[in-house]
Amino acid sequence: MTNSRIQHVIPGALILAIALLVTYLSFTEEPAEAFLFPRIISVAFVGLAIWNFIRAAGGMAKVGRGVALQDAKNLLPGLIVMLILVFWAAKALGFYVSATIAFFTVYSIYDPAPHSSAKDWIKRAVITAVFMAVIYSLFALLLKVQTPRGMFI
Amino acid sequence: MEFLGYFGGVFEPIALMLLFAGTVGGLILGATPGLSPTMAVALLIPFTFHLSPTQGLILLGAAYTSTVAGGAVSAILLKIPGAPANIATALDGNEMAKRGEGARALHLSFLASGVGGVIGVLLLIFLTPVLAQWALKFGPSHLFWIAILGVTVIGSLDSKSFVKGLLSGCIGLWLSTIGTDDIMGADRFIFVDALSGGITIIPALIGLFAIPQVLDMFAKGRVSAVIDTVDVPRYKFLDSFKELIRSFRALSIGTVIGSIIGLIPGVGGQIAGLVAYDQARNFSPQKDKFGTGHSEGVIAAESANNAMVGPSLVPLLTLSIPGSPTAAVLLGGLLIHGIFPGSDIFDKHPEVVWTFINSMLLGQILMVIFGIYTAAWAARIAKAPIPILAAGVLVLALFGSYSVGQSMGDVQIMLVLGIGMYILEKFGFSAAPLVLGLILGPIAGDYFNNGSMIAAAQDGPWVYFFTGPLNIVLIVMVVASIAYSFWTNMLRASFAKSPLEGASK
Repeated sequence: MTNSRIQHVIPGALILAIALLVTYLSFTEEPAEAFLFPRIISVAFVGLAIWNFIRAAGGMAKVGRGVALQDAKNLLPGLIVMLILVFWAAKALGFYVSATIAFFTVYSIYDPAPHSSAKDWIKRAVITAVFMAVIYSLFALLLKVQTPRGMFI
Repeated sequence: MEFLGYFGGVFEPIALMLLFAGTVGGLILGATPGLSPTMAVALLIPFTFHLSPTQGLILLGAAYTSTVAGGAVSAILLKIPGAPANIATALDGNEMAKRGEGARALHLSFLASGVGGVIGVLLLIFLTPVLAQWALKFGPSHLFWIAILGVTVIGSLDSKSFVKGLLSGCIGLWLSTIGTDDIMGADRFIFVDALSGGITIIPALIGLFAIPQVLDMFAKGRVSAVIDTVDVPRYKFLDSFKELIRSFRALSIGTVIGSIIGLIPGVGGQIAGLVAYDQARNFSPQKDKFGTGHSEGVIAAESANNAMVGPSLVPLLTLSIPGSPTAAVLLGGLLIHGIFPGSDIFDKHPEVVWTFINSMLLGQILMVIFGIYTAAWAARIAKAPIPILAAGVLVLALFGSYSVGQSMGDVQIMLVLGIGMYILEKFGFSAAPLVLGLILGPIAGDYFNNGSMIAAAQDGPWVYFFTGPLNIVLIVMVVASIAYSFWTNMLRASFAKSPLEGASK
């Protein structure tokens, strides 16, 4: 099996598994009246998921190039920052502090400017501070959104 | 002429301020490569939550209009279409800019956008009440089929693979059923606590449209964006205006094609721009000049993609079927303000709907004025470094999705959906049908339940949902939309296998 075919088979199998689970739950959960509409959807869902899987397994899935290894390597640090921010830091540290750290970290990771120059680090810090000041003015002062406070704000 | 009575609302100070902000902000966002109009409107929705429905819709409408036009700036000056709708504009616009005629191309692009946009909004004004009257005849079974038609049309047309397009629509419909069933009070597909309230539409929209773009920017790694810009020498505005009048043929072809395509649910500005460009070339005595920096190419493409904006809202306001992915996001904006589009929208919320439509008319004119005077400046902003854009959109998505329901569960759902959508997009799935399924799912579900109750009291579900002329017409349209997509997929596949194609490789 070629690398491209495997790349299509894995999501195809995953979608098929979800479709089968949705169909099973739709036809077994009670009260049946609450699942009438999901039953109709699940029949179409599982039918299309089987078709999609057969196409992927048969090497007929041509649309979509999959995720290149280099792309995955590039996005991994940013993805980890996102996950930490949303699933832990925003609540534990406070929304604004964690968002500031996330902005600065993402900017620093992906900034092509030299990481040995103090001038560039100062530039990143200033841009982060200005951006977060705008966000704070918009959401805290103008829209009065109450965000979770952790150790900080 | 009922709409004239609601013009006063547009000139209220806050409404005008929002119109200015939406227009200028939309032009800048539209000119920024990587920030699509759909994502821009999705990120703006949380801000409208704190405004009145009319004010919120004015902001969203202005942003929708001007992001489409703003995309022409980077298409012309940087050869990077700000939005898919501006792909055709880049073909001739950038060639003109390279010859030192960037200002002329920008003038013509905004003027053509303005003319197309105004005519599109006039169509919206005159067609919507007619269609709304007609829609009064629809019962729950018809409205159920119309909602399903919305998903199948966008699923079939917005995706390169019709199986994946329809599958995206099904995933969206399933996601819409997660949570507690309103009538029976039963829990459906609640696998984790965060899903107990169902999937909130705005955080979901932000996740589905913004997070994949952030991840795409991450995937590029640490690259310095080397963008070739061109100088924009001054050009007399009056000369551009005269040229636009001389190019009446290209302008009318673009406007007519854009207006018709806007009325077809799901087709969108990209198709409008490309079809108009192609037809303008076919009808032009100077066919060979197209692609070498011919002004008619810019005029046809830009008048079409903006003429599409108004008509794309006709099926949205009367039948809840968005004419484009951005219109689908606007539907989410209407729903969070408690406005349910349908045949009675002009009876229930005339001041909201007419003021919104009128603001789009004024917005087109403001877009031309601001566009012409801020285009070169907007192009400079469009060169914002990718890491700043990625970090900025991430933080905005975080705050935007939290502010709607003040729930961390919403933020987590936003991120999970966004990551899932990024992976799906890499395998040829499209966000637009999924979003439409998510938005139209509850509507289709409600009509299905109402219809089932009526059917139980009458001749049963088969007779109620599958017989009657209107039901049959709608079912035929659902099947035709799928069959058309299947046919075009087959054609594409057979073309790919043809010896000519093989030889070209």
